[in-house]
Amino acid sequence: MPASAEGTAGDRAAEPAAEPAADLTAQARAALAELLLALADDEFVIGFSDSEWTGIAPLLEEDVAMSSLAQDELGHSAAFYGLLGTLFGRDPDALAYDRDADAFRHARLVDHGRGDWATTIARRYLYDTADSIRLEALATSSFRPLADLVGKVRREETYHLLHAEAWLERLARAEGEPRARLLAAWRRLGPDGASVLAPLPSEAVLLEAVLLEAGGLELQARWLARIRPTLDRLGLPDPIACAESMDPRLARSGPRSEAFHWLWGEFTSVRRLDPKAVW
Amino acid sequence: MAPRAVGEPAPVAHRGPRAGPTPTEAAVRAALRAVVDPEIPAISIVDLGIVGRIAVALDTIQVDLLPTFVACPAMELIRSAVVERIAGLAPRITVDVKFVFDPPWTSDRITDAGRAALRRSGIAPPAGVGRALPVVSLDPGPVRCPYCGSRRTVLENPFGPALCRAIHHCTACRQPFERFKAG
Repeated sequence: MPASAEGTAGDRAAEPAAEPAADLTAQARAALAELLLALADDEFVIGFSDSEWTGIAPLLEEDVAMSSLAQDELGHSAAFYGLLGTLFGRDPDALAYDRDADAFRHARLVDHGRGDWATTIARRYLYDTADSIRLEALATSSFRPLADLVGKVRREETYHLLHAEAWLERLARAEGEPRARLLAAWRRLGPDGASVLAPLPSEAVLLEAVLLEAGGLELQARWLARIRPTLDRLGLPDPIACAESMDPRLARSGPRSEAFHWLWGEFTSVRRLDPKAVW
Repeated sequence: MAPRAVGEPAPVAHRGPRAGPTPTEAAVRAALRAVVDPEIPAISIVDLGIVGRIAVALDTIQVDLLPTFVACPAMELIRSAVVERIAGLAPRITVDVKFVFDPPWTSDRITDAGRAALRRSGIAPPAGVGRALPVVSLDPGPVRCPYCGSRRTVLENPFGPALCRAIHHCTACRQPFERFKAG
């Protein structure tokens, strides 16, 4: 790629490279980095995890659907890692593949493995609905490259929401084993649903700089209000947050699950085998 | 990279490598009609609506490309085809291709010629969606079969062989077909 001529017709934020948040304080930049890492890690981990269904989903249509959903999420994570890269001089590939498992900042919800199909559907529903609330709160972010990207991502996530809700309904309305498995998954994952929206340690700075429109507690209330009609209709209990899932220090860190350590081993395997490999 | 026109002879072939004025924005846009979507070669990237702003300066041409989907794996191929095509038009100029999300690509950007090209490829064009966020409805309504024209079609899967396409089935001619997704 020929390099761009600096300053040529750059009259508006184009690629996330153009204006690296020059007007932000050092504190706000650090908070922005924390926010971008949380977004990127969530999408990367759920995307990689769901890609495991490729080839073994219960229906051919779902093989295609889960592969598309996973590809979307990995693409979103690449875009968020890319913003982080251009802002802070980090290599997006290094962020994805060279960090220790404990350095990941994904939410507790996606720390659960994909499990059985009901677990995957419960996780997707909780994640997609919470993520949509979070994206709404980022659509007006004062960091324009993020707001632009989120505008695009939201259009795609609409398809994810439709998919998750259709499957939640299908399993919840089924008699016997499907509903029983869904309820078991719901009991296990529900308490961690709110972790996607948990306040970040730097939340006060994010709100002050209008990088994020509302804080974690407010977002969690909006989320419950949004999903409650569906849950009532399907006879599913409200996902009551466990203490860890709303704790800024624990929602995205702390000891990681065995499932995530296994997943980390998978997605870093080629890189660890040959750090210079390209494909 | 060797300057080489894609698809059609370069309209400025008579120029030497040092000669010729900078092409106009319209000339660049016209030249980009020769660059096609690698996954649907019947449609040019201009008709697909992914070519955004083109800024022509003395020694640089900047082209904004609007990805249809963030994770579209064809974007890098399209980027290099754009660079190559413009290099064929103006060999001495620097080409700067950026991926932008403002404005977002929406399926409303597909031109009438693009819609016709999709139909000829067996892909139903998307319904209009507008700029509203999020996309209000995913129900495409009755989708016309690109083979027989019947509206007796059903959505089989909103996810298809590429991120931008869904799978439908025509109950009239019993032909499965794809639809370019609204987004």
